[in-house]
Amino acid sequence: MLTEEEKKEVEEELRKNERKKAAAVEALKVVQRHRGWVSQDDIDELSEALDMTPDELDAVATFYSLIFRKPVGRHVILICDSVSCWIMEYERMLQHLTSRLGIRPGETTSDGRFTLLPVACLGACDRAPAMMVGETLYTDLAPEKIDEILDKYK
Amino acid sequence: MPTIYIDNKPYEVKDGQNLLHACLSLGFDIPYFCWHPAMNSVGACRQCAVKQFRDEKDTKGKIVMSCMTPAADGTRISIDDPEVKEFRACVIEWLMLNHPHDCPVCDEGGECHLQDMTVMTGHDYRRTRFRKRTHRNQDLGPFVNHEMNRCIQCYRCVRFYRDHAGGRDFDVFASHHHVYFGRQKDGTLENEFSGNLVEICPTGVFTDKSLKRHYTRKWDLQTAPSVCMHCGLGCNTIPGERYGTLRRILNRFNGEVNGYFLCDRGRYGYEFVNSSRRTRQPFIRNKESGKLVPASREESLEYLSSVLYFGAKVIGIGSPRASIEANFALRTLVGPERFFSFGERNLKMISSIIDALKNGPARSPSLREIADSDAVFVLGEDVTNTAPLLALALRQSVRQRPMERVEKFGIPLWNDSAVREGIQDEKGPLFIAGTHATKLDELATETYHGAPDDLARLGFAVAHELDPEAPAVTNPGEDVSSLARRIANALRNSRRPVVISGMSSGSEELVHAAANAAWALCRTGKDAGLCFIQNECNALGLGLMGGRSLDEAFSLMEKGETDTAIVLENDLYGNSESFLVDKFLDKCRHVIVIDHLPSKTTEKAGLILPACTFAESNGVFVNNEGRAQRFFRVFVPSDEIQDSWRWLGDAMKVSRHPVSWETDDDIIASVSREVPILNLKDVSPPAAFRVAGQKIPRQPHRYSGRTAMHADISVHEPKPPEDPDSALSFSMEGYEGMPPSPLLTRFWSPGWNSVQSVNKFQSEVGGPLRGGDPGKRLIEPAKGGAVSYFQGVPASFEPGSERLFIVPLYHIFGSDELSLLSPGIAERTPAPYIALSRKDADSLGIAGESGAEVAASGQSCRLPVKVDDSLPHGVVGLFAGSSPLRGIALPLWGRVRKTE
Amino acid sequence: MDKPLTGAMRSDGQALSLKEYEDAGGYSALRKALKGMTPHEVLEEVKKSNLRGRGGAGFPTGLKWSFMPMGADVARPKYLVCNADEMEPGTFKDRLLLEGNPHLLLEGMVLSGFALDADIAYIFLRWEYRVAAERLERAIEEAYQSNYLGKNILGSGYSLDMRLHVSAGRYICGEETALLNALEGKRAVPRSKPPHPQVSGLWGKPTVVNNAETYCNVPHIIGNGADWYKGLSRTDEGGTKLYGVSGRVKRPGAWELPMGTTMRELLEEHGGGMRDGYKFRGALPGGASTDFILEEHLDVRMDFESMQKTGSRMGTGTMIVLDDKTCPVGMVLNLQTFFARESCGWCTPCREGLPWIVKMLDAIERGEGGMEDLEILQQQTRLLGPGNTFCALAPGAMEPLQSALKYFKADFEKHIRERRCPYKGGV
Ligand SMILES: Cc1cc2nc3c(=O)[nH]c(=O)nc-3n(C[C@H](O)[C@H](O)[C@H](O)COP(=O)(O)O)c2cc1C
Ligand code: SF4
Ligand code: FES
Repeated sequence: MLTEEEKKEVEEELRKNERKKAAAVEALKVVQRHRGWVSQDDIDELSEALDMTPDELDAVATFYSLIFRKPVGRHVILICDSVSCWIMEYERMLQHLTSRLGIRPGETTSDGRFTLLPVACLGACDRAPAMMVGETLYTDLAPEKIDEILDKYK
Repeated sequence: MPTIYIDNKPYEVKDGQNLLHACLSLGFDIPYFCWHPAMNSVGACRQCAVKQFRDEKDTKGKIVMSCMTPAADGTRISIDDPEVKEFRACVIEWLMLNHPHDCPVCDEGGECHLQDMTVMTGHDYRRTRFRKRTHRNQDLGPFVNHEMNRCIQCYRCVRFYRDHAGGRDFDVFASHHHVYFGRQKDGTLENEFSGNLVEICPTGVFTDKSLKRHYTRKWDLQTAPSVCMHCGLGCNTIPGERYGTLRRILNRFNGEVNGYFLCDRGRYGYEFVNSSRRTRQPFIRNKESGKLVPASREESLEYLSSVLYFGAKVIGIGSPRASIEANFALRTLVGPERFFSFGERNLKMISSIIDALKNGPARSPSLREIADSDAVFVLGEDVTNTAPLLALALRQSVRQRPMERVEKFGIPLWNDSAVREGIQDEKGPLFIAGTHATKLDELATETYHGAPDDLARLGFAVAHELDPEAPAVTNPGEDVSSLARRIANALRNSRRPVVISGMSSGSEELVHAAANAAWALCRTGKDAGLCFIQNECNALGLGLMGGRSLDEAFSLMEKGETDTAIVLENDLYGNSESFLVDKFLDKCRHVIVIDHLPSKTTEKAGLILPACTFAESNGVFVNNEGRAQRFFRVFVPSDEIQDSWRWLGDAMKVSRHPVSWETDDDIIASVSREVPILNLKDVSPPAAFRVAGQKIPRQPHRYSGRTAMHADISVHEPKPPEDPDSALSFSMEGYEGMPPSPLLTRFWSPGWNSVQSVNKFQSEVGGPLRGGDPGKRLIEPAKGGAVSYFQGVPASFEPGSERLFIVPLYHIFGSDELSLLSPGIAERTPAPYIALSRKDADSLGIAGESGAEVAASGQSCRLPVKVDDSLPHGVVGLFAGSSPLRGIALPLWGRVRKTE
Repeated sequence: MDKPLTGAMRSDGQALSLKEYEDAGGYSALRKALKGMTPHEVLEEVKKSNLRGRGGAGFPTGLKWSFMPMGADVARPKYLVCNADEMEPGTFKDRLLLEGNPHLLLEGMVLSGFALDADIAYIFLRWEYRVAAERLERAIEEAYQSNYLGKNILGSGYSLDMRLHVSAGRYICGEETALLNALEGKRAVPRSKPPHPQVSGLWGKPTVVNNAETYCNVPHIIGNGADWYKGLSRTDEGGTKLYGVSGRVKRPGAWELPMGTTMRELLEEHGGGMRDGYKFRGALPGGASTDFILEEHLDVRMDFESMQKTGSRMGTGTMIVLDDKTCPVGMVLNLQTFFARESCGWCTPCREGLPWIVKMLDAIERGEGGMEDLEILQQQTRLLGPGNTFCALAPGAMEPLQSALKYFKADFEKHIRERRCPYKGGV
């Protein structure tokens, strides 16, 4: 069940868009902002609000890479795996992250703290390698810097 | 006509086509996947590539997708250019990278478009050594099997299911090479046209689940042209048989009728033919025990001769689901005066329909014409449930008006995705007036719900609005008259308007109102269509043959003017109230029933004669358009089963009747002579027809195991059965070319093993079959002359103070009893119920989904209640299908009470 | 040197406030146009400026606009869309503008909307640009408050509504027709062209899509005139360009420079040259979907026309440098992995071909490739070329691959012969 707050935000998105269906991605993001991911129940409930069938909404939801249809940790690490970062030792950063967190890309730490997802170019190529934790961008990464950053997230 | 150059040779092509369409019509083999003649181009698969050159001097050219390129005058292309051939072969290579190569165990094998296209492009050597991606399959319910690993992502399934058929519980998920076609969760596909996925899918992702249970390869199926008998539209089908079992139904293209598609009732309803309950030999009631016991043919003939003596008081009851031949044989045996057809109300309606179509100026349109119409008014029919494929046609008709707008932007209509993006949610005028909300309402410009009389009043009001000479409606009320004005305006402003009504509301006035509306349009100079739905496959044929009402038969019996009844392919309990039938049959000294399955009526018979189903006999049905269509025996029935008309012919012989027939052609000649409107002579070529001295084989050239398939019975290969009734043979030998369209036993062409081979049988791809689409229109509108409008506008409906008005609620799965013997259809059939508006439910004190007692016409039963707020106050809906109240002629007044 | 796009930006990385922007002359071009110009004159001025689209393909903006149906009886609403999806690997120029001077984009869009008589404008922004989202949101609000947006803008009778749409990932959303589907809340699959969006775009209505940087040029063209604007450039193509460099250079970054600055200047003067210990081997001059260029091409001027001489393209003008210690096979593998993952899945060559290419490259990189793989790869670069696929994603992906196979063939062969990546271990 969506909370009152979520419902209000979804309503707001519906109001802002010319057609209900156009608010699909925004509505999915509302839920994701509050819950980290979008569950089957959320799809069912949202699709009703959007005048869509669950099939239609999920066809959209599963297309976009930043809509998560599986549970994620409290903090999602989006590490850029595209070319400039790759040149600037993305692989070493990834290795550092995986060994520090004990998970592979796509997985969530057992304490539910972090989910690690490689993503496409973050548009920070001049300060590569880069990653985002939650909504914050971190650039010019190095293993020590990564440690410091991760320590900030509980 | 534009001229295009293909590999330097000029060809004339039709205006406004894309290159793929034009080249296929010219007979060139260009491989394709995502394109489909009924769904046009989207350019996804990239298989149909050709080389295009700027002009004569351009030797380099560039690769284009033929389906996305206009066949404009002067276009120069090459199909054979080595570069483009390499590209096309590589498209197959790409598609096969992850394909499981499981053809030997795939149900599509041997009739697979992917196999055909693979061979066509010449790709044969696999250059990849990597692991394949795999998918999980889903349970999609009883009709369609899912095997996603075979998918080549042509997007046809979603395009058909969603865009064409309006289904919303199926889609494409994920992206890049993970795209997945299916449902969000496992579960039954809800759309009524889901079975078409089986034919739309060019490979083995979606296959026929009913076929799977008794699987046979295409090349081992014996097939013949047939006509669906599960509603009145008469869709053309190709049933396939092996070892005496019907294995599946495929679409048989008929450009005027069903085009490329069938509904799920038509595709999956066939299994009653294989039912273990089939009556396979005669039964005679034993005098001592009173029980029905198996009898021989001779005993049955003896029985017949003993009761059908000269001067016996015999009547015949015909059947709207039996062929013209069977009905005519019965009529001939008993005499036209003693031949009975419909219940009184239905007889009146069918007579009005025939009267309207024959004597009025409006023409009955074909399904294709309806799909092309640009404004539609539906009056009192839930077409999704009473004439499913008409719903599919209407889904296309609402696109016509917006398509005209989009075309003005210079978007060619074959560019399907561009057209849809241009149209968005816009829909052309469609007005639906019915007793309750229907599935098609979602497409409607406006809907109106009312009791049948109120619906008729709306129809009359529309007619009057269009032509003041049409009878006016007194005190229509502002709502109705303004709605009528809007409907009239929309129809008036269209180019090809159609008015649709039918028999399922049980209201003759509705038929009149619809006719008036269409006629009024004609009077304004429009070429308006007038379409009437009947629920049974040969209702119009039976109507044209004539016959008196069942009620009269009952009263003859009552009066003792008859004592023997022959009932043809009909369960009287399904058409009339059971106490009436009981009274009638109990009074009858001899009840002879000819049918293929036991029923409540056969339980009362003195003699049961086992009849052929549609699959085992030849015959003619007349569909709702008035199109006579011939179906052919797919296989020879075993045991004592024979055509109903042959049993009747036998009866005529033993009773020394002067008329006799040997073949189907004889009886057709006879009916054409006796009933002029039923001139069926050139519906299909006669039995004597030969091509190059040969018959047309029902078995394909690759039919296997012929010498061995009966080896457990006899090591000698039996002689194939003769077929005196048609130009088709029960063997592989015969004419392998292209027979006349009514005799097409299958679609199969060199290099084209799949259903797509129909391309090769059309005069232009997507157009009519060569030599014209099968069937013969029997009724054309009266030319010129004055229009004499139907009078008798009913008074508006007044809810009863104690009684409620019961109307029927039809279900595609459930309202047709024969199809219920297919397990898949049975699974989809709802339990009987009644539906009430919230207001009526409340005033009866019925809470939520509880039960109620329904009483009407002296019968009563308890049924669960559904609340349906679209029902007008004072009107209840009763599930039209097998329930304890089956047989009651609806609508009628009854009572509903809360149960304790 | 004039830097109309970035000159006024703050050095602390904060966005210019509305006030700061106005003080620097912001919105004066809009006032000028609304007071004294007809939409047609605005369009003519843009045409004259030789402004070419900054989204990568360099299509002349004025020409694109001239296909927009005008007049009272055309379908409404008409739409103006800003493509701020910027997901092309190696590209980070729009972000600079969006974060540093959101009002410039807004003014450019209102001017463009005025020229095209658009009713509703959308900014399509990728989700990861969180800072830009916040600043744009605020700027839009401020612009409404100051009547630079909304009804009857500055009393001119022209009205424009603007909305920010924040996307949810997927590179293909940047393709302009896929973007329209994304805005409609659908799967972001490209649409067929023709019809062009100007004819049937968002919700089937006339629509113009331009890149964010493109719009940012418009206020200066209108404010200072097309001649002035052309004068900024060193070549025929008007104005300045945001160029960038990433990879192992001393000072990676992005700068606004005259159109037609050479690659060498960019790399050496602005990027500070290669980092110590690294040599230049080649570069993708304008994002991931451009062909490699080599040392010998560095003196070519970077504009859409001139860059064709190199066999590559200007693209987004943001260069990714390949150094001598980085494996070109690995780099191409990385690029193809990106493209394969970002394919929308609509057309066969892209959906199926790219993953196959990735598998072959991966095998080569791991030392498991064969010479026949090179032949297949070579063939694939041809078969996934322009026209063969539904949109430009896959042909774009083929550009770095085909040039790598040409320029770095020895590297590929060495991988295969030695059955290992020569850049890994041992080095
Ligand atoms: C796969 C693909 C991705 C694209 N991504 C972007 C993008 O992120 N930003 C952009 O402005 N243009 C992008 N484009 C180009 C757009 O389709 C379009 O040409 C551009 O937005 C037009 O703007 P312009 O005329 O101002 O250059 C992309 C094109 C393709 C084929
Ligand atoms: S090339 Fe084809 S599959 Fe790839 S992104 Fe474009 S349309 Fe989608
Ligand atoms: S048939 Fe032309 S691209 Fe699929």
